[in-house]
Formats: sequence, C-alpha cells, structure tokens
Amino acid sequence: MKRPVVTIDGNEATASIAHRLSEVIAIYPITPSSAMGEFADEWTSKGKKNLWGTVPAVIEMQSEGGAAGAVHGALQTGALTTTFTASQGLLLMIPNMYKIAGELTSAVFHVAARSLAAQGLSIFGDHQDVMSVRQTGWALLSSTSVQEAHDFAAIAQTATLKSRIPFIHFFDGFRTSHEVAKIFQITDEELRLLIDEELVRAHRARGLTPEHPVLRGTAQNPDVYFQARETVNPYYSATPAIVQEMMDKFAQVTGRHYNLFDYVGHPDAERVVILMGSGADTAEATVSDLVEKGEKIGVLKVRLYRPFSVEYFIRALPKSVKSVVVLDRTKEPGSMGEPLYMDVVNALVEGQRPQVKAIGGRYGLSSKEFTPAMLKAALDELAKPEPKNHFTVGINDDVTHTSLEVDSSFSVEHAETVRCVFFGLGSDGTVGANKNSIKIIGEETDNYAQGYFVYDSKKSGQMTTSHLRFGPKPIHAPYVIEPNQANFVACHQFNFLERFDMLKYAKEGAVFLLNSMYDKNEVWDQLPREVQSAIIAKKLKFYVINGYDVAEKTGMGQRMNTIMQTAFFAISGVLPREQAIAEIKHAIEKTYGKRGEAVVKKNFEAVDAAIANLYEVNVPAEASSKMARRSPVPDDAPAFVKDVLGPMIGFDGDSLPVSAMPVDGTYPLGTTQWEKRNLALDIPVWEESLCIQCGKCVMVCPHAVIRHKVYDEKLLAGAPETFKHTASKFKEFSAGYAYTVQVAPEDCTGCTLCLEVCPVKDKSAVGRKAINMAPQPSLREAEARNWDFFMNLPDMDKKLFNPGTIKNSQLLRPLFEFSGACAGCGETPYVKLVSQLFGDRSVIANATGCSSIYGGNLPTTPWAVDSKGRGPAWSNSLFEDNAEFGLGMRLTIDKQQEYALELVKVFEKELSAGFVNAIVNANQSDEAGIEAQRERVAELKEKLSKSTDSRARDLISLADNLVKKSVWIIGGDGWAYDIGYGGLDHVLASGRNVNILVLDTEVYSNTGGQSSKSTPRAAVAKFAMGGKGMPKKDLGLIAMSYGYVYVARIAMGANDQQTLRALIEAESYDGPSLVIAYSHCIAHGYDMAKGLEQQKLAVQSGHWPMYRYDPRLIEEGRNPLVIESKEPSIPMSQYAYNETRYKMLTQMDEARAEELMKEAQKDAKSRWTLYQQMASMHYGNGNEENKS
Amino acid sequence: MTDLSTTYLGLHLKNPLVASASPLSKKLDKARKLEEAGVSAIVMYSLFEEQIIHESLELDHYLTRGTDSFAEAMSYLPDGGMYSAGPEKYLNHLAGLKKSLSIPVIGSLNGVSKGGWTKYARQIQDAGADALELNLYFIPTDPDLTAQELENAQVELVAEVKSAITIPLAVKLSPFVTALPNFARRVVEAGASGLVLFNRFYQPDFDLEELEIIHSLDLSTSADLRLPLRWVSILYGKVNADFALTSGVHTAGDVLKSMMAGAKVSMMASNLLQNGDQVIPSMLNEVGWWMESHEYESIKQMQGSMSQKSVKEPAAFERANYMKVLNSFKELR
Repeated sequence: MKRPVVTIDGNEATASIAHRLSEVIAIYPITPSSAMGEFADEWTSKGKKNLWGTVPAVIEMQSEGGAAGAVHGALQTGALTTTFTASQGLLLMIPNMYKIAGELTSAVFHVAARSLAAQGLSIFGDHQDVMSVRQTGWALLSSTSVQEAHDFAAIAQTATLKSRIPFIHFFDGFRTSHEVAKIFQITDEELRLLIDEELVRAHRARGLTPEHPVLRGTAQNPDVYFQARETVNPYYSATPAIVQEMMDKFAQVTGRHYNLFDYVGHPDAERVVILMGSGADTAEATVSDLVEKGEKIGVLKVRLYRPFSVEYFIRALPKSVKSVVVLDRTKEPGSMGEPLYMDVVNALVEGQRPQVKAIGGRYGLSSKEFTPAMLKAALDELAKPEPKNHFTVGINDDVTHTSLEVDSSFSVEHAETVRCVFFGLGSDGTVGANKNSIKIIGEETDNYAQGYFVYDSKKSGQMTTSHLRFGPKPIHAPYVIEPNQANFVACHQFNFLERFDMLKYAKEGAVFLLNSMYDKNEVWDQLPREVQSAIIAKKLKFYVINGYDVAEKTGMGQRMNTIMQTAFFAISGVLPREQAIAEIKHAIEKTYGKRGEAVVKKNFEAVDAAIANLYEVNVPAEASSKMARRSPVPDDAPAFVKDVLGPMIGFDGDSLPVSAMPVDGTYPLGTTQWEKRNLALDIPVWEESLCIQCGKCVMVCPHAVIRHKVYDEKLLAGAPETFKHTASKFKEFSAGYAYTVQVAPEDCTGCTLCLEVCPVKDKSAVGRKAINMAPQPSLREAEARNWDFFMNLPDMDKKLFNPGTIKNSQLLRPLFEFSGACAGCGETPYVKLVSQLFGDRSVIANATGCSSIYGGNLPTTPWAVDSKGRGPAWSNSLFEDNAEFGLGMRLTIDKQQEYALELVKVFEKELSAGFVNAIVNANQSDEAGIEAQRERVAELKEKLSKSTDSRARDLISLADNLVKKSVWIIGGDGWAYDIGYGGLDHVLASGRNVNILVLDTEVYSNTGGQSSKSTPRAAVAKFAMGGKGMPKKDLGLIAMSYGYVYVARIAMGANDQQTLRALIEAESYDGPSLVIAYSHCIAHGYDMAKGLEQQKLAVQSGHWPMYRYDPRLIEEGRNPLVIESKEPSIPMSQYAYNETRYKMLTQMDEARAEELMKEAQKDAKSRWTLYQQMASMHYGNGNEENKS
Repeated sequence: MTDLSTTYLGLHLKNPLVASASPLSKKLDKARKLEEAGVSAIVMYSLFEEQIIHESLELDHYLTRGTDSFAEAMSYLPDGGMYSAGPEKYLNHLAGLKKSLSIPVIGSLNGVSKGGWTKYARQIQDAGADALELNLYFIPTDPDLTAQELENAQVELVAEVKSAITIPLAVKLSPFVTALPNFARRVVEAGASGLVLFNRFYQPDFDLEELEIIHSLDLSTSADLRLPLRWVSILYGKVNADFALTSGVHTAGDVLKSMMAGAKVSMMASNLLQNGDQVIPSMLNEVGWWMESHEYESIKQMQGSMSQKSVKEPAAFERANYMKVLNSFKELR
C-alpha cells in the first residue's frame, strides 16, 4: 500500500492527530504552540469530524491555567480531552496536572517545548518547560522530528488510555513545531486500528455522572494521605511496558518502529551519547557517519523520559559501553547536573552498570543551533582521559570555561542532498514561497524535503532566512544550513548585500540568485567588494532577475514570492521547467483560488514574467568594487552597543562569549538610535511655509521619528544648509524663537500617519499638506545631518510651559523611540506620549505581548533617556501578573518614600527644620514643584554625604524616592481582559496609586490575532473563525463600578486632546487609574495609514464611546462620568466593513455576518444608552440627606 | 378593460413598470414584495467586475500582509479559505430570485475587462437570468483618448458579450455621447436588443469646510425624466431597439410619458427607495384610470405616440426647444 505523504510542519502534524482523537479541546495562544490551537479551531469551525464522526468542541480559555482547569473538568466528566501549550503556559498548568495525574486520568497535552523566561524571555525552543513538570506524575514522551511528532501524538493517546497515566507529548519548539517536512500521514483507518474502543469507553465510564454518582477530590488527613499517594505505584510501574506495547502495535500498523530508548550506532560501541528531542536526530546522523569511519560510538535516543524505566534503559545500552555523555537541552542552576544526566547516572547505578563513566553537558538553549560538529565535540570530550563534566557546547563560555571547542568544519551533510538558503524581507513573501516550494518538492517528486525558517526580532522591515533541503535520502538535519554548504543562495532584497554576508553559506560552484534592479550588465559594478570577491573565489554561477520590476508590472507590489520561486525552480532544475511551472501554478490555485480569480491571475502573470526576466551574469575575473559592506552600528556608538549589540544586529550574536552578556538581564536604555534600519521608501518632508505648528504629526508618529522643537534662534548658527526652520508661533515662545519639524530619515518606517493627521491643506492645491512624502534615498544623507543637528538643539525647559495642549506636549522629548513595532502601529503613540509626559520619573511594568516585544526585544530597545540621563525604568515580568508586578513597584516606592521621610525627620537638626519641612511638604503637582524637590534631594545628599551615620547613608540611598514617581502598568487586551484580569481587578480594588494603560487592539496581536474577551461581536479572529458571537467585555464599566478608580476610554485618532487630558488626569489621580486606548492594529486588516480615520469612525458608530470617569468629581457632588463622544451618528457597519476582520465574515457566511452585525449595532446602542443614563445621574457628595 | 401589457426584449410583461437596478433586489423578501406589489420585471443590482477584482485583491492583500515575517505571528487573520470572493454570491442570489419569483429577472453587469464582460455575462445567463443589461460606464479623463476609439471599444464589447450569450441583451447608455443616435444604432447593430436610457452617474461634490470630495447618492426626481424622455423620443423609430426609460420615473404620469416617447418599459428605483413598494399599486391604478378616462385601449397603442417622428413639430425635440423654453421663461417674468 502506498502511504499518503504530506509536507507539513510539526504543529500541523501533531494537531491533525490530536483533533481526530479528541472530543474536547481547550486552547490558549502561546508561541510556538499557538498554531496547534489555530488548526484545531479552524478544523472544528469547518465541521471536520474526529475519528468517531463528531466534531470536537474547541474552546479558547482566558489563560493556560484556565485551559488546564477546563481540561480537568472535561476529563472528569469523561471526554477525550487535550490542549496545546509551551513554556510559561505549561507552568501555569502545573496545579491541575498534579490533580489530573493523581486521579489517574487519561489525557494528552501536546507541548512545543520552549525556553522559560529567566534573565530574559525567549520564545525559542529548549526543554526547560517540560523539565519543569517532570515531577507532576505525567508521562513525558519526546519526539525528535515532524514525523515523530505525528506518530507520537497517536502513541501517547493509545498509551494514556491503557495506562491511565496522563501524557505530555513534546517536541522542540520551532525546530520541530515550525519545520516543514515530508512525512507519512497516519490515516483514519490506521488510527482505528490503534485505538482500543473499550479503553475509550472505560475512560468515559470513569466520568462523573449523577446516574452513578461518586465523589472525587477529597481533603485527606495525615492518617491516610501518604498511603493514598502510594496507591498509584502499580500504574507507573506498568506504563513503560504499555508504551512499548503501543509502539509495537504502532509498528504493525504503520511500519514505523520505535522503542522507549532507541539505540543507533556501532553494536560494540564504547562511547555513547544520550539525549532527546530534535538533537537526537542530529546525533543519529552524526554517529552513523562516524561509525562508518570506524568509530565505536552510538547514540541512545530517549523517547519515554517519564516514567523512566531503568530496565528498558539498561537493555537498550550496549554492554560494550564504557562511557556515556548525556546532553540536556535545559539549565538547572545550582543542581548537581541537569535532569537527564542525573537520571542516567542514577539508572547506571540502579541498573548495575556503575562502571560506565557518565558526563553531562548542556546544549541548544533557546534554539541555539546544535550541529554534528557540536555532537562530535561532546563525543570527543568523552574520549579524553579526564573529560570535562557539566560542560556546555555551542557557545563560548569564557567565564566559567564550561564550553567545548568545536571544529566547525566538520559536517555530515549528505552529498546527494541539495541545500538552499534564501534571504528575504518579511513583507516580500519569501518564506511563504519557500513553504510552497518545499511542499511541491515533497509532494510532487520522490525527494525527501525539509524547510526551516528564521525570522528577525522586529515586527517591521525584518529579514527572513529560509533553509531548504531536499534529496533522495531521508533528511536527518534539524539545524540550519552551515557555512560553505549551500548549493543555492538567493538574495531577494538587493540592499541586504551591504549589510549581511550571505555568501558565506555558498559552497564552491554554487548558484547565487540576486533580485536586482540592475540588469545583467550593470549589476556587477553595484556589488560591494566582499560580494564580488566571494562570487569569484567560490566560482559561483551568478543569476539576476529584476523582481522589483516584474512585481510592479504584474500587480504584485512588494511581493517577490512567486517571482523568486519561479526563478529558483528555473535555475535549480529540481523539476523539469515546464512541470515546475505547472506545479507552481497549481500551488497558486490551491493557495489563492478561494481569494478570487484576480489573485490567481496576477500570480500567474508573475510566474510567466519571471522566466522572461532571468539572466545569468558573466562574472569578471577580478573584484573591482570600491564599496565595502557597512558595519552594523556607527563608529561613534557606545562600547556596549558596538561590542555587544552590534554583532547581534549583524546576525553574528552567536559569536558573543558569555562574558559579553550582562549577568542579570540588565541593559542600557536608548539603544535603538544606533540601529539605522532605513526601511522607508518615502519619508515625510516638512513644508514650513504651510505648517501651523500644531504638533499633531509629532504626536501620532508611532516610531518617534518626526519631532518638533522651539529654540533660541541664535542656535541656528552652524546649522546645515538644508536645515529647515521658521519663526515660532508658540505663544509662550514667540520673539527670538525658531521652530523646526525634523524627520529621522533612517528610522522612519514610511507609515504616513503624520501625513494623514496633518490638518493643513494648501489653498492652491488641497492635496498638498504641511507634511508630504518624498523618496528617501535622495534625502537620506542631508536629513541625517539635519537630524543630528536637531537632536543637539536643547529640549525646551519643562518648567516653562504647560503640557496640556497637543503642541506643547510634543515639545517634551519622547523617551520611547524607533521601536520594532509595525509601521503605522496604533499602540506606540500612546506609549510614547506616556514617556513624554512622565518618562523621567516613571517605573513601568509591561505585560508580555506586542509592547514588551517592541519595547524589550534585543538587540536594541526603544526606551530612552533625556538630556539629564533620566528616563523610564522598564521591566517585564510575565503575561499574567503585570498588574501585580506594577503594584509591587508602587509598594516599594511608597514604602521607601515613607522610610525616607522618617529618616529626613531624624536629621532635622543637621538639615534645618525649614529644609526638612520643605522636603516633607513639597508640592509636586507640577513640573516646577518636581524640579524643586529634585534640587532639594540633591542638596540633601550633598549635606549628608560626609556623615558617618548609617542612617544618613540609608537616607541617601532612598532619597530619590522623595521625588514623585509615576508607576505605569502597560499591556494589551489579552493581558487586561483575559489572562491578567484577576490581578488587574485586584490592583484596581487596592486603591493604590498606579496608572494602568491598556493598549486595546481587540485581539492577541503579538501571537497573531487570536480572539480575546475584548474582541468585538461580529469580528473574525483566530479562535473565533466563524465571527465572535458574544459582545466585547466592557472593562471600563467594570472598573467604574468601584467608584474610586479613575477610568478613561480614549482614541487618539478621534480626539487627541481628550487622550492627552485623560493621561494627565489619570496620572494626577492619587489612586488607581485605568486608561483604555483604542489601538488600531495590523490584525484588523486595513491600511494602517487610515488608522486614525478608522478610530474616528469607531467613535462615531458608538463602538468606542470616549469618556473620562474621575472619582474626584464625586467629592464635589458632581457626576464623575463625562462622556466625550457624541451620540452614534453612523451605523456600526460603516465603521466595521472597512476592516477585513469584519468584512471577511460577509465573504464566508453572509447570513451570520448580517445577524452578528445587527447584534453589534444593538450593542453600540445599548452601551450608549447606558452611559447616557449613568452620566446624567444625580450625585451627592455622600453627605447629603436622602430627600426621597 | 385597458391592456397594460407590453413586451421588452422579447419578454411579455404584464405592465410597463419595471424595478430597476437598486439595492431593493438584494433581499429576496423585498424582491418578492415588489412582485406582489405589481412590478412586471426586476433588473437586479449590478455585478461590478471592478468590485469583485477589488474585493478579491483586498482580501488577498490583508490576509497576506505581515505573514511569515515574525516568529510569533505567522499571520494575523485566520485564513479558512472559505470565501466567496468571486461572482458566486451574485449568481446564487440571481438563481434564488429566479426560483422564488414568477416575473422575469434581468441580470445587470458592470464590467471593466473584455474577458470579464463575456465570462460574467455567460455566468449570469447560466444562473437563469431572462435577459442581461450591460452598463457601459466609463469616465474619460485622458485627452489623448478620442470619441471614436472609445465608442469603437464599447461597440466591440457589446458584440463580444452578445456572442457569448443567447438571452436578450440590453445596453444601458450614458447620456454623454456626442452623436448619440449614431452610437445607439451601432450598439444595436452589435447585438443589443434593447437600450436603457440613461445611466445615472454619481457626481462628486465638494465639502467646503474639509476641502474634500464627497460621494453621496442623490435620488432622482421627476425633473430628471426630461433627459431620457427627449432621447427616447428622438431614437424611437430610428434605432431598431426596445427602449427602457430610466431616471426620473416617479409618477403614473412619468410612466405614461415614457410610453408615449417610445419606451417599452419604465424603470423605477428612487421612488421605491424613498417610499417603498406600496407606491406601485397606486401608480399602476392611476395609469389604468388615466388610460380609461382618456379612452386608450392599451399601452402598446400609446408607445411612441409622442416620439419625434410622431409629433407635429419634430423640431420641438431639437435646438428650438431650448430657445422656446427661454422665451417662455422671459414671458412668465
């Protein structure tokens, strides 16, 4: 029988089994496992049935903790239940996991194993999460590849049903979850042969039912808990044999055989490496290669890690083995060794093989590459008379010297395997095209195929790298293509050549394909010298295609995908050209057919045009270019930026030694200014003669690249020739003051929000504004000089103006700049405004999500300092705890301020009564007051600096807290409405002075647009594919119910003055404040340049009423709620159907779209009516008699 | 008993009042009410090729934007691949109308490309339309484009569409044609059985405060009848086609005038949008009463009776008409 073959990634391979074998699936997004939940949701919403012919119920929960609870309940009532998670998500499930295991419940969780947040968060893969649950009583089954993820998902289900022990089935995050590979698919018939229906019914029969009621979940006392805990032992003892039985049965059905511990290598091996996960696949390939060369070595792949069977382990380990090296993809600081190593040491002792020497090492944390050379280094170490124990491999540990030397020239790549590396821009579709290509190769040829994709850390303008392998032999290479190994290198963006050394991947005689705006005769002279030299030295066959031109002419815009894919197939010869074109077109129809004919047509045209525009370049014998590759950061950057962040920017962070890294995850501020990304094709140009100096463009700029300053006109002396300025129109600063709006040309993303918001129209040509876009390249150099001059002009003294107007507020320097947020981001203007208004005295707690990623993802970070070195102190704890995290900060500040005040009074004599009184009773309600207090604190420190009294030294260390501090708790709606809601509610209830800013995009933006409780009715989101049926949660209304929480709902695009006022009021309120900010988002599906316009419509339709609720008004006997938007004046549909998230439902299910839109309209109306009534209620100040 | 029946594009209609292309035909129940109220046929809202292409490319753009760029978010919107981004929705609706109505349903098509016109025309036919109305909609803005080139292209399109279908074809014309009678004849020679006069274009307006262009729909009034009335009168008997008069039909009198000018049907939308389907029975009754009181036996009897070729003073439809109005205006003052 020919087995069906598919080319899919590990997440899909796993979910396809999980969905077929479940009745209930509770999901929650977390990278890199989110896609499993998305598949499950999609299949269920399309009516895809499970093995028993019914559609599994899929529900999104508010957190992984919630998902685990729902799973527990579903299991307890007898459903086949699963969930998908990773990292911190798995940790949130631990309490339930103990319960589920303690109750001997059959269940499977599928985990895309990921790092844990420690000194920093990482979304990438290692085993820290699964190792954190090894004590819960769950079985741990590890798969090493996409095929195994598919297979073990099924084996885990069969084994849990028989053993009654719940299973974690895990595989390496990204490396396996996101690798696209050709695998044999398990059919429904095969699954039926594997699943024992009696066991399914037995599981169901154990479910709670009032027909046969039982009680489960007692509280037990010292007399019996211990004994009861020991009752499960026989089940654990039996489990290894059961898993092996299921593996054997699986082999009978599918022909693929696995063991609890799979040994590969020399039958008389003396040295053996032991590991699990994708690294085991690398080990197998490496060991096989070395055994062929005569080495007596082997690899023991651990499949069932818990329960750990000493018996099976010892049986699998050849008797000839003298020493083992155990590799752990985790870190357990302070332990005697990492867990797998410790288990192996123990197993050797208990298994009567104590003579076998064991050493352990760590590798591959956070998806650090793990190559055959590293594996060989570990085995070589083992051969030494006194091998290093507790080593690391894959890094340079120059601090504790744990790392092994690696011979990077060692490779086991198969000669018949073709290796291709592609460099693309995120938005050009390179990765999508390569996923398509690998599918075509995998499914339309006899080749084995593998695709793996590496992304940048920024959300806009990022580079992607695609690593494709294919060939006649199975591919065991879960690591990216190594230098000098690629047969084919493609650069899809010409400007990458000056930034990255991509030809280091090419082997001699390889093909280099370049997307070039220069033709085959011109291109050579446009290449940096390093590129020319590499082409000549490596004897590369060099092709060019003007993909930009083809894309333009065929309506593909910036999408190079189809064009470059066609060129790849045309050159690589993996398929006959005609067949390749037919397959590409077939794939286009499959991928885009449902989006309409026009889409297919333009792609077809691009395919045809690509072939006609592909040329081979005659390579000269010598390099002639005078251009050199640019260094990642300028020479005048600070040392840390140059030495540490620079290599990261240049994609060479792997080379940084341990000593280069901060020990505790602490980094300097203001580093994005050194990473010039040059993303914008067009940048704003200021027209000083039209400008009314309103500051709106400065306020909305998401990346703080457009700024304005008022300054003494004398400072213009020495200004660059092209530096623009005009007389100031500020009433506070008129005569003698000049005014400039300046753009940072190399930091701008070209989003055009500034242009959209500019209220000025040229009276002679209304299309022209005070800000207009113009091509960046010709402006770049001059404007960069102008920017430098502008930045050296002093910021206006904050004491001299009131920041309560838009134009004045924008004189405040942004302390959040050039972030990695999407071009046109709707969140960052609010964040930036907070940084301007309060940044120099703020401490910020930032929930995990978009804002923590664009705010804190290395290499460079956007939080910055002012000219005095002050700025926001920023930290991210977790996703779920951000409100509490921020509250903790407040508690410290309040406590330390209180203590400092106590100490100040102690030194009344030394300091003078008047001085102490001034400090204690300082009025810090405005900038002048705050500045005066800062001066007093400086004086205080000076006065006490010579004191030997330890209390004086304490006071000096605490004195900064005498200056008013502002605590900001920032996060998205996923945090505030869902996972962090309990904490947020508690913090609001606490009454403490914290300011909470909710950047409400109405979806989980960072993980790709999953529905949250903020998602409005009728909108489509992931996990709500059929359109969300329930209305948006009214978080503001809930907060108002406390009566003492300041609440505001704002939308900068609809009313920027209200936004400014609300933030200033919120901060000034001595109690909890909640500001909910409408944030347009890429996940809404419309032109981001229209974000502000769309915010207006959101308000006009009643979807987003704006208001401020100020409890201080109650004290004055006034109604605290002031509604600041007008009665809905346009239908909800007029706002909503500008956005794909709403519109796509009309294209999928028109009747449901209509029904939900009708309901959404009612939501808007009833919300408005309710607010109106609330705002018109009579409030006494609490002292009035009830007159009724 | 007066006979209100007429024929249009070979279709036998119980009366000359047809509901023209408007959002009213978007809902099955509303279309059914129009039928119950008495209209003799319905022209469906237009299938806009341009819109289909736009929606399809838009959907593709936003489903694709930002995908495969950032490790945590491979995409930002779910892509279930279950869209109806093509003409299916229109065609299904047309089939639904045909199924639940007994009066003829005329499909309406607004295309931009040669392939699009013919393909969608055939699909509309296959979905069950009794006839097809083509909208020739083009705003020339290029000074290099000559009237001849434009007219040739449009005539060619009509011929192509006609060759692709077997159901009768009507063409809705723009009034902005230098030599309308000649162009009308060419369109008919290219295969149109009917001419619909005229297409009402949305005219942009300016917002003086915001200095922006406003697009809004202005409904017609009876005054708008004059333009098509003149041209139906002029073309009747000179161009061998069934005429439909649309724009400005609001009253029974407007219907009668249309017929007398030479139209086979009067098409109405604005009045229906403003006042609902209840205006139909009263209009039809009034047409009947008028005919009875003026001793007309049938609609057919009056069709073309006041066309240019039938009136005593044919010049009244020509330039002299303009002069006279000016004179009478002066006298009134």
